[in-house]
Amino acid sequence: MFTNAGTSSFTTFLSRVAPEMLPGRRPLPPGMAADLAPHATTIVAISAVGGVVMAGDRRATMGNLIAQRDIEKVHPADAYSLVGIAGTAGIGIELMRLFQVELEHYEKIEGAMLSLDGKANRLASMIRGNLGAAMQGLAVIPLFAGFDLAASDPATAGRIFSFDVTGGPYGETGYDAIGSGSLFAKSALKKRYRAGISLDEAVRLAVEALYDAADDDTATGGPDLTRRIYPVVMTASADGTHRLTDAETATIAEAVVAARMENPGG
Amino acid sequence: MAMQFYASPEQIMRDRSELARKGIARGRSAMVLSYADGVLFVAENLSSALHKVSEIYDRIGFAAVGRYNEFENLRRAGVRMADLNGLSYDRRDVTGRALANAFAQTLGAIFTEQSKPFEVEICVAQVGSAPEDDELYRLTYDGSVNDEPGRMAMGGQADAITGVLKSQHRPDMSLGEAVRAAVAALASVGGEGGAARTIAAHQLEVAVLDRRRVGRTFRRITGAALTALLDGDSAADVAPAPGVAKTPTVPTEEAHKPTTSAGSADLEGQADQPEA
Repeated sequence: MFTNAGTSSFTTFLSRVAPEMLPGRRPLPPGMAADLAPHATTIVAISAVGGVVMAGDRRATMGNLIAQRDIEKVHPADAYSLVGIAGTAGIGIELMRLFQVELEHYEKIEGAMLSLDGKANRLASMIRGNLGAAMQGLAVIPLFAGFDLAASDPATAGRIFSFDVTGGPYGETGYDAIGSGSLFAKSALKKRYRAGISLDEAVRLAVEALYDAADDDTATGGPDLTRRIYPVVMTASADGTHRLTDAETATIAEAVVAARMENPGG
Repeated sequence: MAMQFYASPEQIMRDRSELARKGIARGRSAMVLSYADGVLFVAENLSSALHKVSEIYDRIGFAAVGRYNEFENLRRAGVRMADLNGLSYDRRDVTGRALANAFAQTLGAIFTEQSKPFEVEICVAQVGSAPEDDELYRLTYDGSVNDEPGRMAMGGQADAITGVLKSQHRPDMSLGEAVRAAVAALASVGGEGGAARTIAAHQLEVAVLDRRRVGRTFRRITGAALTALLDGDSAADVAPAPGVAKTPTVPTEEAHKPTTSAGSADLEGQADQPEA
């Protein structure tokens, strides 16, 4: 089963040899299942000069309960791109792992990376495969961002793609957010974002936007100073993907909180 | 009545072995050896696009000689199997031994069941935390597996090359020393009148599994970095190839967690790290 000439796509290979491992292929009993599993919430992405920033809060909720305080929803998809997951946590994490393997698999088989648009299209078709489950309340929406190695100008190489349950991808300009707090995060970014900001400024902006989301959305967690749980912040640039250390995000989050002590609205 | 043509099983196996051996011996050689910071692959290969050496998984590499279409088919199968197992279980559960076993089964079945055996010889290498933990498996056309002690050569005149390599190889060599020893061994055969040849950088395919990295450890060494290594430039021993992170990553404080993605562990926390 491994030696057929076949395809460079891992999901296509799986659909032939192990279709039960593809999230979209499982038969679901009828009825709504929305309250069954924890939901992951807000992710923001901001493009900056020379790259892109993605940040996510750490909360997963189940109805009115907090299911997890330190879930990690922003991950590297490969060496130059990032993926964040909102929606049903279990399916989201499974899709994200599958997407990571898909990109790595193509790279190893073909000896070359997929283009950034190719990666986004691949993710769109994987989300579309989950449409049946989404209609029963188990929706997963990713946010995808990366450094486009083929871009003519490295300054504008950071690109963001959004999706809906029917697929996508939709190229976004400047910034985007997904998840329950995205309305507030995007409103904050709308007033604060300007084209041509640096990566460092974008990191601060992302943490500010997550604070605003947590301020007005109960499902989004703000910086947890008592437990020292801070947002996950990652960047993708010409040097690859990079996750800010806990100490770095702590410094930024504490500065944001200190500023809000003066002016709660930011 | 027409006589049924009869060939004894011994004869059939001998003929197939001979075919495979001749096919392999015609090709250029490849070698795999442990050095202080990883496992080194060196192959003589005129093509820069059709690889004899490739990545299978985080800590597992693949080298082959013989017919390209046949070993490429095995390589793809290996990548598929590794990725499937890594997704089903965990990235740490993908081992070189399991892959070597799978390749051995495939090669053995082809040797006995098909009319023509695969004319290939392959090496599955897994890098460990120290040279003595490295695993090198040699697989031949008939599906036999050998566990090699830190170095091996395959292809045309492999015995002569192995002899030279054995006399020069030490597991604590630096990368530069290992590359020069490997190239010297490759060049020791095939020259006019038994003399050594000169092999230029563009005729070589060189890659390493770097044991100091977390996540995906496989790196190709090409261009200026390779030339510098061949020239014995001591700075090149520590300076990796362009496109490779300036300093190899050592496990960061997150390393006790299972690796969730190759991309992640590979590129996170590249800063402040000692030269090994």
